[in-house]
Amino acid sequence: MKNFSWRVILVLAVILSAIIYILPTINQGWWPHKKINLGLDLQGGMHLILEVDTEKSVESTIERMTYELRTLLKKENISHIGIDRIEGNKISLKIRDNKNILSFEKLLDNELKDLRVFSKSTDDEILTIILNLPEQETRHIKKLAVEQALETIRNRIDQFGVNEPDIRLQGERRILIQLPGIKDTQRAKELIGKTALLEFKLLDETHDLEAALKGNIPAGSELLYQENEDTATGRVIKSPYLVKKRTLLTGEYLTDARVQIDSEFNEPYISINFDKKGARLFERITEENVKKRLAIVLDNKVYSAPVIQEKITGGEARITGHFTTEEAHDLAIVLRAGALPAPVNIIEERTVGPSLGADSIRMGLISMYVGGILVILFMILYYKTSGLIADIALILNIILIAGGLAGFQATLTLPGIAGIILTIGMAVDANVLIFERIREEMNLGKTQRSAVNAGYSKATLTILDANVTTLIAALVLFQFGTGPVKGFAVTLSLGVISSLFTALILSRLIFDYLLINRKIKSLSI
Amino acid sequence: MRFIKSDINLNFIGKSRLALYISATMILISFISLILHKGPKYGVDFAGGTLIQVKLFAPASINVIKSGLDTIDLGKSSVQQFGDKEENEYLVRTDISVMTSQEGLSGKVKNAIEATTGNKVEIRRIEMVGPQVGKDLREKALFAMFYALLFITIYISGRFELKWIISGTMAAALMSSVYFLSFINLSIPILIAAALILALILFWVLDLKYAMGAIVALIHDIIITVGIFSIFDKEFTLPIIAALLTIIGYSLNDTIIVFDRIRENLKKYRKKPLDVIINRSINETLSRTILTSLTTLIVVIALFVIGGGIIHDFAFAMIVGIIIGTYSSIYIASPILLAWQKRGKKIRL
Repeated sequence: MKNFSWRVILVLAVILSAIIYILPTINQGWWPHKKINLGLDLQGGMHLILEVDTEKSVESTIERMTYELRTLLKKENISHIGIDRIEGNKISLKIRDNKNILSFEKLLDNELKDLRVFSKSTDDEILTIILNLPEQETRHIKKLAVEQALETIRNRIDQFGVNEPDIRLQGERRILIQLPGIKDTQRAKELIGKTALLEFKLLDETHDLEAALKGNIPAGSELLYQENEDTATGRVIKSPYLVKKRTLLTGEYLTDARVQIDSEFNEPYISINFDKKGARLFERITEENVKKRLAIVLDNKVYSAPVIQEKITGGEARITGHFTTEEAHDLAIVLRAGALPAPVNIIEERTVGPSLGADSIRMGLISMYVGGILVILFMILYYKTSGLIADIALILNIILIAGGLAGFQATLTLPGIAGIILTIGMAVDANVLIFERIREEMNLGKTQRSAVNAGYSKATLTILDANVTTLIAALVLFQFGTGPVKGFAVTLSLGVISSLFTALILSRLIFDYLLINRKIKSLSI
Repeated sequence: MRFIKSDINLNFIGKSRLALYISATMILISFISLILHKGPKYGVDFAGGTLIQVKLFAPASINVIKSGLDTIDLGKSSVQQFGDKEENEYLVRTDISVMTSQEGLSGKVKNAIEATTGNKVEIRRIEMVGPQVGKDLREKALFAMFYALLFITIYISGRFELKWIISGTMAAALMSSVYFLSFINLSIPILIAAALILALILFWVLDLKYAMGAIVALIHDIIITVGIFSIFDKEFTLPIIAALLTIIGYSLNDTIIVFDRIRENLKKYRKKPLDVIINRSINETLSRTILTSLTTLIVVIALFVIGGGIIHDFAFAMIVGIIIGTYSSIYIASPILLAWQKRGKKIRL
């Protein structure tokens, strides 16, 4: 029988390739080097979803443009009564006098093409104009912010050193991060979530700090705090600084940041290096402000505010602040990787400790063995020899699922193990359908061989129908699901497909072999 | 060995009125329980908030742990024993989803419990879902179930009545209108409930009887499973949605096998009345129905008993679903085909 031998080859090929794919999972390092991936719920680790606050990136662009506009007007000798950022993402500008208004309008047409006139009104010879960014530009800024944030976070995690991290965009402004096997989750979260905006600002030493603390903050200045933890009591002490709002230099010109140990206090500090442009800026700032205090501000927290003793050349600075070694190490990473263009919020977190993962694997496997053995015994008891055939199919089924998981590089999760267990129960269904049909046909007085033939041919379509619907449910689940649930959909789909194969092709082959080749007249069923 | 004699002939159809009352009662109880509990009880996946699984290295009473947690501001929180008693594991839940302090929420919880019980505490699992994500997931879960039902409709009407085009067009129209309507500010649950009712009306108008039987049975299964979950005060989480979708697939499996036999027998015995044919078909497939339910139940019960705490509720949902699904394919799906004929519509092939 030509047909028969072809089927033998097909079945052997499928089983062999499944076994080959399982081998690397059992013994690491074997070809084809594809292990079954364990989900975070099984191996432990952290899953995070961050949302980039893109609105903030638009606001900071507007803030920068407001500042630039002020400089431009000064340069063009156009006097104004006020330029301010209002409602987050608009610039409001008030100009008096026709002369000023005319030259401003010329400026608006020629040099400020990126800005859109939102509204315009003249009252008492005062022109009030509100500018904002065109829709398209806003969208672009937001998109860029998300992409940049993704890149920066990827950079930080790479430098932190996590095995096989998975970092990707999800939707428009969400970032999915999976860090398998990570232990210090709090530290990782801080590293990822820190905006790390480094700014150098002058202290406002002309105004009174006490008055400012009472609410009398001079325009152009702001109150920022330094936080120090008292090592004895563990209490955080906040000390206020009156700092000028204007940023003289930011971390964007950084080329390197390294942890150093201060020989005097034996405390770690971070040494930073600027690129050429940054070094020039730093030199000029220090030159112009000798004997003044320069605050080093990170994410709106003052780290130190040393007095500038002399002009600093060479573009090197240091950030001190009673760091622990870990803090200093992480801070150096975020400074090297750069600031996030906008703040990010953690909107979903799932962390599984490694011991829980190991427990889940153990309990999942035990329930699989128990369930599997019970079903196997039941089938032998109920169908005798035929039951044994179904059991062979069942065991091969599990091998095929495992091979499939490794071959497709799918991820096995705890619900995924549940899916395999469920498949054990449901996989025998196809065989049950066939066996019941064969029994029916034998009751009609057919010989075993023709009953088997009739049983298979009548049951095949039913089996296909029944399994396609389960497959539909599994595929929808795959589309909808995240992480663990997706793993369930994967094993369920693999289970459905492999049980079709084992029931319709493999067990049929065994029947044919016994009844035709071995010429066995009656098979217990 | 056989449990069911090959010449068995139980009168299932004769009992269908009784089954109708039983089902109606169960559905009613489900709704009453849902109303009394003010809707389904959502886990952190859907409600938002934080769940922290802690393990203590020595036993401690729940009240001591609670008093420890009272020292930190946790908002609306609860503590619950998890898994076996000797494991000393607890679930701490709170509706807070962000914590800005230095040590983070889990660190705070850990320190607070360690301080009051004097025991070392291990954080085993943290699940934090922001409120917006919770709402998104809730809506996604509803959409998933709805889409699954429509895809299944297409397949059943296509395979059994060759109405691929009618059912496909209907499903596509329903899906796209729900998709577009979901953008305007409608409540998603109401929208999907309305779409499902509309779908059932369309089944009637377009004469999609097999789809009607199958889908009504599935909705029946889901409502009762959700109801039983609500009665036992169990939480809905993502894995439970996975279980519900699997129940859809499983219950349909049973239904389709009976339907297949009905179709086959309709060809075979053209002279016999439909109720006899349906009853005969159910009897002929009864042995298989019970065997498969049995093997599936064996493994799911194994999972329920020894699979561990995290998978416990999933296994529970599956057990309920398998029992209800088996019942509904015999007593709900098939009688609907019969009801169709009684209403003057003809069952054709």
